[in-house]
Amino acid sequence: MAIDVADERVEQAETTLYRRPRLTYGFWSWITTADHKKIGMMYGYTAFFFFIAGGIEALLLRIQLAGPEGAFLSAAEYNGLFTTHAVTMIFLFVMPISAAFFNYLLPLMIGARDVAFPRMNAVSFWIFLFGGIFIYSSLIFGTSPPPVGGNLPGGAIEPSLLGSIPNSGWFIYAPNSGATYSPGTSIDYAVLGLQILGVASLISAVNFIVTILNMRAKGMRLLRMPVFVWMTLVVALLLLFSLPIIAIALFMLTFDRLFGTLFFVAEAGGDPILWQHLFWLFGHPEVYILILPAMGIVSETLPVFSKKPLFGYPAVVFAGAAIAFLGFGVWAHHMFSSGIPTVAQAAFGLSTMTIAIPTGIKIFNWLGTVWGGRVRLNTPMLFSLGFVALFVIGGLSGVTHAVVPSDWQQTDTYYIVAHFHYVLFGGAIFGLFAGIYYWFPKVTGRMLGEGMGKTHFWLMFIGMNLTFGPMHWLGLQGMVRRTWVYPEEAGLGAGNFVVTVGAFVIALGVLVFMINWVYSKRRGVPAPNDPWDARTLEWTMPSPTPEYNFAVEPTVTSLDDFWYQKYGEDEEGRAVRKPEADQVVDDLIYRNGHPDQEIHLPAPSYFPFFVGLGIMVIAYGIMYHTRPFGIPLLVTGAFLTVGALIAWGSEPLEEVHHDDHHDGPEDGPEAAETEPAMTDGAAG
Amino acid sequence: MAELVGGHGEGAGHHQVTGIDSRKLGMWVFLSSEFLFFGALINNYLLFKGRDFGPGALYPVELYDIPFTSISSFVLLMSSLTMVLAHSALARGDQYQTRTWLFATAFLGVVFVSGQFFEFGEFILHGLKLNINPAASAFYLLTGFHGFHVIIGVLMLMVLGFKSMRTGGLSEAEGLNVELVGLYWHFVDIIWIVIFVLVYLIQ
Repeated sequence: MAIDVADERVEQAETTLYRRPRLTYGFWSWITTADHKKIGMMYGYTAFFFFIAGGIEALLLRIQLAGPEGAFLSAAEYNGLFTTHAVTMIFLFVMPISAAFFNYLLPLMIGARDVAFPRMNAVSFWIFLFGGIFIYSSLIFGTSPPPVGGNLPGGAIEPSLLGSIPNSGWFIYAPNSGATYSPGTSIDYAVLGLQILGVASLISAVNFIVTILNMRAKGMRLLRMPVFVWMTLVVALLLLFSLPIIAIALFMLTFDRLFGTLFFVAEAGGDPILWQHLFWLFGHPEVYILILPAMGIVSETLPVFSKKPLFGYPAVVFAGAAIAFLGFGVWAHHMFSSGIPTVAQAAFGLSTMTIAIPTGIKIFNWLGTVWGGRVRLNTPMLFSLGFVALFVIGGLSGVTHAVVPSDWQQTDTYYIVAHFHYVLFGGAIFGLFAGIYYWFPKVTGRMLGEGMGKTHFWLMFIGMNLTFGPMHWLGLQGMVRRTWVYPEEAGLGAGNFVVTVGAFVIALGVLVFMINWVYSKRRGVPAPNDPWDARTLEWTMPSPTPEYNFAVEPTVTSLDDFWYQKYGEDEEGRAVRKPEADQVVDDLIYRNGHPDQEIHLPAPSYFPFFVGLGIMVIAYGIMYHTRPFGIPLLVTGAFLTVGALIAWGSEPLEEVHHDDHHDGPEDGPEAAETEPAMTDGAAG
Repeated sequence: MAELVGGHGEGAGHHQVTGIDSRKLGMWVFLSSEFLFFGALINNYLLFKGRDFGPGALYPVELYDIPFTSISSFVLLMSSLTMVLAHSALARGDQYQTRTWLFATAFLGVVFVSGQFFEFGEFILHGLKLNINPAASAFYLLTGFHGFHVIIGVLMLMVLGFKSMRTGGLSEAEGLNVELVGLYWHFVDIIWIVIFVLVYLIQ
């Protein structure tokens, strides 16, 4: 049988349409890679690039608002910037950097060599990247007429680059986003761009779910998985069930804008409120998609830096699942002021309050984990504790929105802005930075500098509270959201000035982080084996991670298996490090770094890149279908996508012949180890 | 796709914890998402179908040709039968019958889609344009996306059929592809049953 299979492989390989890419280093190795670690890093770098873009947008907004009657930006530029800031931070930073963590860590934490579908993993990255490029290309190609009405100065406003980006708010509310009120193409860039990003997220959601269900190491039952893996599963399920809804909503809006349908046009019998329902049916689960990865990260870091197992592991897991489940039943709390019936308001107010229960369970379990532990205040721990503190503040202000009459007062004020920045900046971003400091040694083999790390933390922590703290007061004083100027008499100047100063303190913190990153990556202290005395499988292998992950596929016998190999208990139930622990760690890491057989890995492929590119070209074609170049673009994109898919389908996952694989002079032992070998696959 | 790894999906070399092939599990997971996709579309149509769009408004329901659509629905349902026959022929190792039933399934799918094109054409001739009112738009969006799914299914069936012709038969590993396309095809059929009942029959 084995021989037959091998023969068939040779035969098939000759029928492959193109030569396979073989490089394992350099530019093309990144374009063609199917390695979850490289894809994770590309997600990370791309997301960070967009983080800087979104951050600059925020700073521009804050300069405009630093004092009354600001004249730094025009109204059109302000609208574009606050919209693009939100779209960038949500879809192009927090989601993809979470995907970076999922990609890099998920297979390592469950003891697998890769995800279930490596090339689909690559395609979701490329689709995401081209979707981001598509949205940002509106800077150059987008058109948008200047806003009218209100206290705007009359007459034509000079169009500018920043005035041509999507300017409807990230929620793209109808009817403002319809063809009548938003002619021009800037909204099309947002609508089609989000559709593209949705495709990318859907593919990776399917991939992660199958990976978690099907590729766990021997002995790793569902309730032995690290909490981070659980939260990955929950996020993937949230994506799976919420993305199709926003896809339909975006299709409807696309048809309204480009093909003259009337779904959201009230005067023709359409229903603008339907947009709000569909959007928030996706949008509220989306909020948990943003925060749950960070919750997963701190559920890993807090126990490690407290030298204790996670307090109440099953409760944390089920609370995470409960948040996701309840998250589908609370969407209308974003719509209390839209005129929905009173009964619905009461029901959604109540269901929103119930979210506080599982969230509270998580908070108390984290506190219980730290309580009585031997706490080490390293940078990842500082960020984790910062996460818990700031998230509690944001969570509490969130509960005040569940009280309907209170929400009516807060809706569309800076109080809301304060709330969601406490949960998404104080929460998600602090959690993600905790993860970056924690896993940096795993990825690079070096420690991320502690001194600069702590400076970064305190700048971010102080800056964050200076920025978003005063917004509570500003909002309750009546400062409305999305306003580009406010009058002197409103008395909001002092608070806004503090906010702007705070924003620049955050920016300084991020700058320190970037210097730290660049310095540590080159000159940082080499990471020792198991630098944090950790609990999860990814630390049982050398750092940086070898391309094949585990030389020996691991077997686990309990939750936190690695921890229990190192730690026992004394009579009082305190964790005591076993005398042989150091030897255990060294042995494991040696064993996982030295494969005794060839390890089969997914071969690289050109086609995921071209699928992503093709989808972007299709989107341009749809948008410009009335222009002479529109249909040719559409056809080109379709050919590119379908052609790449067919070529992809005709190429096997791994290649047979490798006799000419020595592409470069530096092809050392590492490259030999990365050779896809056929021995393993046939047996399995 | 990954037909060279001896019956395994792209995760070959790993044991598969659930005992279900990763690609099959992936298809099930994907289809669970598709249910919400069509759920939103159907919901959308049900919301708009009874709306008052003023005097003289034209509704899709006034133009339904139930006998015609019943026949095309029957054709699509029969294509599920031929799909099963293709799958079971492959299980018996009967390559010729596998190929025949794959092409038969694709043919029935094409018949269904042609019927839909004809129906759309008739409706448009009667003045029910895509953008005449939201009920019409919702109808076209729903049935159009379903038709698009059928077309994708037909393409996948054709690829399998032609591959079988070119190589003289599908290998055991490619057999899983038949099963995957089958899952997808049955899903598209089931969705049509729901659409036919909710949109056409219950007026």
